[in-house]
Amino acid sequence: MTAKPITTELIATSAQHARKIFPIAGGVHPPQNKSQSLQRPLVSARLPEKVILPLAQHIGAPAKPLVAVGERVLTGQLVAEAKGFVSANIHASISGTVESIEELPIPHPSGLTGPCIIIHSDGKDEKAAQDECENYMELGREELIEKIRSAGLIGMGGAGFPTSVKLAGQAPIEHLIINGTECEPYITADDILMRNYPYEIIHGVELLAHLLGNPKDIVIGLEENKPEALAALRDAAMGTNIQVVSFPCQYPSGGEKQLIQRLTGKEVPSGKLPIHVGAVVQNIGTTYSAYRAVRYGEPLIKRITTIVGDALEHSGNIEARIGTPVSDLLDQFGFKAKKSSQLIMGGPMMGFVIPNADVPVLKTTNCIIAPSKKEMPPVTPAQACIRCGMCAEACPAQLLPQQLYWYARSDDHEKLLTHNLFDCIECGACSYVCPSHIPLVQYYRAAKGAIRTEREEKAKSDRSRKRFEFKQERIAKAEAEKEAKRLARQKAAQEAKKKLEEQKAQSGSSEATPTKPAAPKVEDERARLERTLASAQTRLESAKNKHQEAVAENSDRVEQLAAKVKQAETRVEDAKSKLAALKTAPANTSADNSQVSAPTSSSTDADNPVEKAIAKAMAKQSMSPYEKVKSSVESLTNRLEKAQQKHAQAVSDSGDNIDALALGVEKLKEKLDAAQQELKELAPDEPSKEAAQKEELDPAQAAIEKAKAKALAKQSMSPYEKAQSSVESLTNRLEKAQQKHAQAVSDGSENVDALALGVEKLKEKLNAAQQELKELAPKEPAKEADQKEELDPAQAAIERAKAKAAANAQLTPKEKLANQIESLKTRIGKAQIKYDTAVEENSDNQEALSLGLNKLKQKLEATEKELAELEE
Amino acid sequence: MIELITNQPIIAALVALGLLALFFGALLGFASVQFKVEGDPIVEQLDSLLPQTQCGQCGYPGCRPYAEQIAQGDEINKCPPGGQTTVEAIAELMGVEAPQLDSGGAESADIKRVAVIREDECIGCTKCIQACPMDAILGAAKQMHTVISDECTGCDLCVEPCPVDCIDMLPIPVTLQNWAWQKPNPNIIATDNPQHQAA
Repeated sequence: MTAKPITTELIATSAQHARKIFPIAGGVHPPQNKSQSLQRPLVSARLPEKVILPLAQHIGAPAKPLVAVGERVLTGQLVAEAKGFVSANIHASISGTVESIEELPIPHPSGLTGPCIIIHSDGKDEKAAQDECENYMELGREELIEKIRSAGLIGMGGAGFPTSVKLAGQAPIEHLIINGTECEPYITADDILMRNYPYEIIHGVELLAHLLGNPKDIVIGLEENKPEALAALRDAAMGTNIQVVSFPCQYPSGGEKQLIQRLTGKEVPSGKLPIHVGAVVQNIGTTYSAYRAVRYGEPLIKRITTIVGDALEHSGNIEARIGTPVSDLLDQFGFKAKKSSQLIMGGPMMGFVIPNADVPVLKTTNCIIAPSKKEMPPVTPAQACIRCGMCAEACPAQLLPQQLYWYARSDDHEKLLTHNLFDCIECGACSYVCPSHIPLVQYYRAAKGAIRTEREEKAKSDRSRKRFEFKQERIAKAEAEKEAKRLARQKAAQEAKKKLEEQKAQSGSSEATPTKPAAPKVEDERARLERTLASAQTRLESAKNKHQEAVAENSDRVEQLAAKVKQAETRVEDAKSKLAALKTAPANTSADNSQVSAPTSSSTDADNPVEKAIAKAMAKQSMSPYEKVKSSVESLTNRLEKAQQKHAQAVSDSGDNIDALALGVEKLKEKLDAAQQELKELAPDEPSKEAAQKEELDPAQAAIEKAKAKALAKQSMSPYEKAQSSVESLTNRLEKAQQKHAQAVSDGSENVDALALGVEKLKEKLNAAQQELKELAPKEPAKEADQKEELDPAQAAIERAKAKAAANAQLTPKEKLANQIESLKTRIGKAQIKYDTAVEENSDNQEALSLGLNKLKQKLEATEKELAELEE
Repeated sequence: MIELITNQPIIAALVALGLLALFFGALLGFASVQFKVEGDPIVEQLDSLLPQTQCGQCGYPGCRPYAEQIAQGDEINKCPPGGQTTVEAIAELMGVEAPQLDSGGAESADIKRVAVIREDECIGCTKCIQACPMDAILGAAKQMHTVISDECTGCDLCVEPCPVDCIDMLPIPVTLQNWAWQKPNPNIIATDNPQHQAA
């Protein structure tokens, strides 16, 4: 498509293109410098050897690579897809193999590196299949926008905003403005494009108008320094409703907001988008590419770029593949590196210096300037501001650049905002006119960046505050829950204590003494401890031996072994001390017994064992015995009533626990009688007894009593519950201990050994407790029977196994016993397995397990015997 | 009545003044109850100026407590993460001269840092998780931990408790996303200014 000669007739006769041009504020008139690159026709660049495709060429999220290193790609193949709404696809601009995907310097004012896909050419330029479409105007809007989106189209004027996003808006459009202004000096890429492809551009405009709901006003705006392009477009626009208008040159009338004002007289308000005044502006290059994308399915893989400057043999426009290294293009124009002072991407007003010529051409690269040192000398150093006000005259956004300069220098962000810093379009007109050569735009850019960062930090700090407050709240909640649990536990303990006291008062009739049943337990305990001691001693021996060996061999494990020896020693010590404590304990108990019994026998009938027990109970508590007995009588009466009711009900229901209930009733009656008798006896001689007892109790004894009371409190819980709670608490403690140990290990702390010992001990204990729990579990149902209550609480814990077995024998039918035997057998099986594994692993809880196993076996025997007796 | 007033103007004036005093007293009393301001608004403003790192470098447990202390008359220069800019902002709010930041020998706060866990060295002790005021560390016991760098305020509090010292405070790298133009070098001597930008 060659340019048509301009005929005055064509311009004059075109009433279609008559339009009022509005003035814009400010602006400058820098030397055009456009003729250099217009001397030669548009050429196609040679196929580059490799292309570098940065993943972030557009505004928004960087694209996501879709190809792997070493993969063969075809020209136009999608190599990275848009990630998110505001993002754009990237296509291979040549065919070849993906050489690497790596961080490379990209053309960006920061000079930073960015992720790029590097494709090595195979020289064939094999095209991927393209989806051509002749009747594209018949397609739906969504479909067309999708085509534009998948072609990776972005605004080609410089900002690089994804085109599809701009077109996807639903707001009604009044003006569609196609920006062919190209107001920056040196750049002629759009001019050449318009001269060469006017029909494609017009089709593109029609396509965009179609997508935007055919707005009334469709206009292509050009500066009047492009008469050939104007004529070509007007020729092509014949018979359409597209206006092609030109207006006097004035930098920066190509700015989006300035162009809208120029062509419509409407000013886009501060902080608003063009859509606010019903206008959409598209770059001329984007329009052309949109047509190519929809009509021929051609993705955005090449663009026209102006290569210009005195450091080149000749200047001109070139259709280059996206991703071509700048050096490759410069070579084609005879670049003389010696002459060049710098390389600028974009125009001289808004472009930026690129660090070297290895960076690639982007979708937004409209110009590369390679000036000589004479053409663009190094920046003159800035002088002081003389407050001449020329910048304010030049500012197209009608800002006060001088004020902004002062505030930017002093970081006064608030003032900058009140002076509408963000309306600055960074056109550089102020810097251009500044007689002191102050780089004003750089100050504004820096200030904008600082304000954005500040805003982000503010948002982040707000989020941080919320997170912190949330954490505080969460912790407070957890604490409150813990506290509530603690209180509940305390309350439960108090209640249990109370209950215990009641029971104690009632237990007068029970004749058991705690020492007798305690004896076997003490024996067991002693046996266990002795075993532990023996094993600990043998372990100590072996540890010592090993240590000596290690010392002899001068092994590096000496320290470790020494620690083990120490550990074993502590364990032996521990076992010994425990054993000693156990041996002294029975003596204490008996002594205590005799002491307590002495005063009671003196004050009451010596031959009455019941009296003795009562007196003892009284000695343990400071409560007046008389009151206690009285209350116990009351509660017994209540319970008796209840038991009788239950019994009556059972009789009427002919339930199978009638016998048990009857027994319970009888026993209660007995108890009540006894208690009443006591009450009578107690009534007269109460005060004296109290006094006598108080004298007897010395502090040491008081402590013993306290400990006993505690034990009793525990016993008042059902043994099963007790075991359960102890298992729980042990598990907790074990976890904590393990944590501590892990911590100590990681800290390399000195007390690792001690902690390890603690953990082991806790494990032993836990195992024992679990065993106990298991043994107790099946007996739980038996609790239902009132039987339990009549047992002396002091005795209960120790005697429970026997008593319950007896109770079971009395209460349950044969089937129950048989069941029990079976369950016992399975449990023995399980215990055996556990024990075996423990033996294999040489675990520390062998003893505990064997003990449990033995107990289980004994119990099984007893149960079987009972069953046999029952059957007889 | 009118006669009494006209006859004894001094007493009348006193009575009138007394009545006015009572009326305005009542009005003020009513207003002070009706329009009572809950809390201390200055604390809110101060809190919003502080960087919310909750690092405790000021000696108080978090930013809000420090804001309260400033309102009570504490020094305003105790916030190293906020830097001199925060000191100046607070000084402006309080209407006082901005003192120099008292960083207490800490590193300059001008470089923003975030905690980074060297993940293969992490033993999963959860101590840093407990220390983090932002809940910005993810992980569980015996599992590797990691820092959500977007939420990390760079308060340093996780570094101390780490038993294996696998937490580094690294400056936030400059990326294309967070890069911003720098202010031009104010050097007016040409040879001091090697950068020749085309702006």
